[in-house]
Amino acid sequence: MRPPRVVVVWCPDWPVVAGAVAEGLASQTPAAVVAANRVLACSAVARAQGVRRGQRRREAQGRCPELVVLADDPDRDARVFEPVVAAVEALAPGVELVRPGLVAVPARGPTRYFGSEPAVAERIVDVVAAQAGMECQIGIADGLFAATLAAHRGLLVPPDGSAGFLATLSIAELHQPAADRAALVDLLHRLGLRTLGAFAALPVDDVASRFGLVGVCAHRLAQGLDERPLARRHPPVDLTVARRFDPPLDRVDAAAFASREPAQQLHEALATRGLACIRLGISACTEAEEQLHRVWRCAEPLTTSGIADRVRWQLDGWLTSRGSHRGAGITLLQLIPEEVIGGQALQRGLWGESGEDDERAGRALVRVQGMLGPEAVLIGVLGGGRNPHDRVRLGSWGEDPAPVHGADSPWPGRLPAPSPSRVPARPLAAEVFDDAGRVVGVSGRGKLTSVPYRIAVDGDPPRRVLAWAGPWPIEERWWEPGGGRRCARLQAVLDAEPAGPLAVLLGCETGRWKVEGMYE
Amino acid sequence: MAVASVASVLHRAPVAPASTLQERLDVPGGRLPFPVVEPVAPLLPGGLRPGSVVAVQGSMALLLTLLAAATAQGAWAAVIGAEDLGVLAAAETGVVLQRLALIPRAGPDPASVAAALLDGMALVALAGTERISPGARRSLAARARQRGSVLLPLGRWPGADIELDCRVEAWHGAEAGHGRLRSREVVVRAVGRGAAARPRTARLLLPGPGGPVEEMLADLTIRAVG
Repeated sequence: MRPPRVVVVWCPDWPVVAGAVAEGLASQTPAAVVAANRVLACSAVARAQGVRRGQRRREAQGRCPELVVLADDPDRDARVFEPVVAAVEALAPGVELVRPGLVAVPARGPTRYFGSEPAVAERIVDVVAAQAGMECQIGIADGLFAATLAAHRGLLVPPDGSAGFLATLSIAELHQPAADRAALVDLLHRLGLRTLGAFAALPVDDVASRFGLVGVCAHRLAQGLDERPLARRHPPVDLTVARRFDPPLDRVDAAAFASREPAQQLHEALATRGLACIRLGISACTEAEEQLHRVWRCAEPLTTSGIADRVRWQLDGWLTSRGSHRGAGITLLQLIPEEVIGGQALQRGLWGESGEDDERAGRALVRVQGMLGPEAVLIGVLGGGRNPHDRVRLGSWGEDPAPVHGADSPWPGRLPAPSPSRVPARPLAAEVFDDAGRVVGVSGRGKLTSVPYRIAVDGDPPRRVLAWAGPWPIEERWWEPGGGRRCARLQAVLDAEPAGPLAVLLGCETGRWKVEGMYE
Repeated sequence: MAVASVASVLHRAPVAPASTLQERLDVPGGRLPFPVVEPVAPLLPGGLRPGSVVAVQGSMALLLTLLAAATAQGAWAAVIGAEDLGVLAAAETGVVLQRLALIPRAGPDPASVAAALLDGMALVALAGTERISPGARRSLAARARQRGSVLLPLGRWPGADIELDCRVEAWHGAEAGHGRLRSREVVVRAVGRGAAARPRTARLLLPGPGGPVEEMLADLTIRAVG
């Protein structure tokens, strides 16, 4: 259950870079963004002279007297970042803004298109430098957290390598600007957990009982999983909030004012359904008939002001960016909740309609997921395949069910119903003997080498075969170089007194028999 | 909430013969029993009573059969601790997979998982009953009674309201090297307490040809033993 591969584009020290661009400073000028008298971010030149995050302004200026102090302005950061996002979006669809300075893109599409992940990274760096005039670093890994840390180091982590990559990193990496985990990091450090790997090695039950929800989220991140495994519900379509503007919006201050009311309306619509938004789609239509769309992903469920901020930043970016739509006012604004999760207060139906059972069951399952971890509660979906194990896809409850292909397609060689009621989770070895005690195998032409007389299952003493049928050969993926699979199945009824006859389904692959299922 | 109960009656609305009316009236809290498929109905007159413990021995297929009709009518079911449950067989038996939650590895304390699920699920099946202590057994039974759900232990369970014991008689369909497994003939014996103390047996095809349970047409008699 590894999270999808993500490309993260990270512009280092973004608040300072954005401030310097807005103020027209030369890139060699030492600069720092200061909020509440503390340094929030500083440029590389300033850092070389001893300025650090979290210093007081006076101390920073003491170390670097020519330091230019910039005010903290998230609107400016988002506005200046828009050309970077546009440049990335020109290469890869499905761009998600994590925060100004950091965008994430699913890796699958661009990797296929450009041929390899290094090619994608190279391409993005080139295009961002050429079109937006900014420097950026790329990280590719499984899951957003690992990819973000990889971007800080400019690394491409191989598939399934996220956990290993994270294991050696310092526990302090859990503290990212979007999620405040300073207290947790401090506590873990004092408990002697110095690396993410050490933290990830703890049993999840113990983490949950000691550190609560914050700890469990951080623990998932440290293991290389997604923070939130569950896309609980697909939002119904009617939650989209649309607003037309006549005259069109063409000024930033007007956009700021206009964004507040739709944000409030969206938040209320979600709240009455007991939902909260974690991915917000903002789309707009301009006078020049241009369609603009951007998705914001957030670490925390969005509040009214959170939605309004993002709408404002986005409109600001679109209105002032140097793109082709410059000068055209916005006539239509739509807020689309792309992904929502269940809010804390669930509204119950007034008439006790059928949803009530589902909701009760859902709460019980969530409780069990809280006790055992989200992967402990599974829901099965039938898919395509030839043997009882392959035909079932199990997914965590609440997770987006993966689209299942081929459930209705013909699968030559698939056995008709009834199917075995027990399918061993790990393969059980079996041995098949004929009446002379010789081992029975399957020939290259798919025939048994002899008549089965006794069968031993999982090291038990051999049992007499009462009846048997088969073998049915399967050849799968023979067209793939080295990837083919040849197998033959055999049904047998064994004499299992005193319990009565027991039927088993055996599979023979590369000369070895194993139990694929038992009809119990 | 009178309206709610009317709505839920309409929602479930199984066609029940008038002869089961008295048993329905006996149900604590007046809740309707969960339906079972037609061939096993003679073993469990009226269906699975809310708040009861029905122990199933010797057959996973029989357990899945008991879940089939209830999940098809909107009830939720959970199976705890059965790592090797054949999900495909469940679907063929008639269980609605969207309402079947599987907890294959229930951790060190399966009883507490079962207790949590009895709160929200209509039917809770529990494998690995030998690991449950007698005290935990009693409290789970009490929990089921209080919440109106049905506990279905897979294995021995002293104190169960009904025990279903499945004995395999024969497999049909496979011969010496030809044919394929088609159906299995079993004799299921139900022994209960109280009103259901009289043992009942039924001869079934479990699974029948194609998956769902069927009655044995040759020997349909449901006879009282002893």
